[in-house]
Amino acid sequence: MSYTKRIIPCLDIDNGRVVKGINFIDIKDAGDPVEVAKKYDDMGADEITFLDITATHQNRKTILDTVESVANEVFIPLTVGGGVSSYQDVITLLNVGADKVAINSAAVVNPNIINNVTDKVGSQCIVAAIDAKKQANQKWEVFIHGGRKSTGIDAVDWAKELNDRGAGELLVTSMDKDGTKDGFDTELLESISKKVNIPVIASGGAGELEHLYLALKNGKADAVLAASIFHYEIFTILEVKNYLKKQGVQVRI
Amino acid sequence: MSNKIGIIDYGLCNLLNVKNAIKYLGANAEIIDTPESIKNQSHIILPGVGAFKNGMRGLIIRNLVDSIKNHVLDDKPFLGICLGMQMMLNKSYEYGEIEGLNLVDGEVIKIPNRNSANKKHKIPHIGWNEIKYQNNKIKKISNHKSVYFVHSYMANCKDKENVIATTDYNGVKIEAMINKKNAYGCQFHPEKSGDAGLDILNNFINL
Repeated sequence: MSYTKRIIPCLDIDNGRVVKGINFIDIKDAGDPVEVAKKYDDMGADEITFLDITATHQNRKTILDTVESVANEVFIPLTVGGGVSSYQDVITLLNVGADKVAINSAAVVNPNIINNVTDKVGSQCIVAAIDAKKQANQKWEVFIHGGRKSTGIDAVDWAKELNDRGAGELLVTSMDKDGTKDGFDTELLESISKKVNIPVIASGGAGELEHLYLALKNGKADAVLAASIFHYEIFTILEVKNYLKKQGVQVRI
Repeated sequence: MSNKIGIIDYGLCNLLNVKNAIKYLGANAEIIDTPESIKNQSHIILPGVGAFKNGMRGLIIRNLVDSIKNHVLDDKPFLGICLGMQMMLNKSYEYGEIEGLNLVDGEVIKIPNRNSANKKHKIPHIGWNEIKYQNNKIKKISNHKSVYFVHSYMANCKDKENVIATTDYNGVKIEAMINKKNAYGCQFHPEKSGDAGLDILNNFINL
């Protein structure tokens, strides 16, 4: 036993509450972030990612209270993303107890944000998030603003650039697979994993236990992030880990 | 007499999570950044993320180096975490050769970017990895538990007697815990390692 692959549940946070919904329609309250995070920690989550989907600007500071409350009681790594747009946003989140901050659109708009932030707080604090959509011929394009805006940027090249600019990890979401429950885009993951020297977190498409295994094995990802399979208790984190262990993947149980 | 636990703030890292973990364990830790306040503590913790050079500079400009050394010379409990553990050694080669606190003999080197099979692997070493004890100076700490690592550089102690736990990263042996008398160091983050980490912190604050 040694170095393990990580299983990371993702919580959508709206105005200080955990929410779940299908394709952002019919969003329902799913509890208190501290309680849900504690439950996932007890079940063996290796980290927890919070995605702030609070729509109104004036309510955005509620994420800070959420992170602070969770950090008081949950002692595994906490990543926070969603609407992080400046150096000050990163520092504010780290100061309330986030261990890592995910940066997505802001890095496309101003790539230097990655260099500036990692120079000051270190690469380990920064997860660069990429939303990618498949094009023809084994190419993927980067989309921003929650997948609404195309950029013309090649996702694999962008991953390499984020690596070179100092990002500590990459969170790679396939927009084609996200929400489908029919498996990760392992070709996208593999193309990126082969090009970078930092850990790759697979996201988008988890539905079956085998999907997570294939993201790690064929996609060569270092970690898997999933939301709905855990929220809807289709599988528990322990079930996922027991399955992976049986397939010969090193996991922390 | 109850223990007085101080967490040293030298301007570069997030100290809150170490403080939170100690509070969760039912004790209280104070954030300190002056030589005088170090003298008043029974236990000190030197946490840290970031570069060795910036860390040492942070300690030097706050005039904390001698008081940390005196605390350790007085045989009072000391715990360095991650960069804090690396600064316990003589020197580091991160961004040029920089002198450390000289609490334990050894140096800080880059994690080899090739594994035992001479294949390139990822640096930093991020994630959960199991630690293995070479000997048992601290018996209370639970064995064979995974803990959370995030680092690109690693300790290389001169006297391997000072290495009390190791981990294996794709065949590269990494010194995970070091110890000399009452000074301890963890390369991993006990404040982020779930119950296994809280157990280690609890044993330390009750030394």
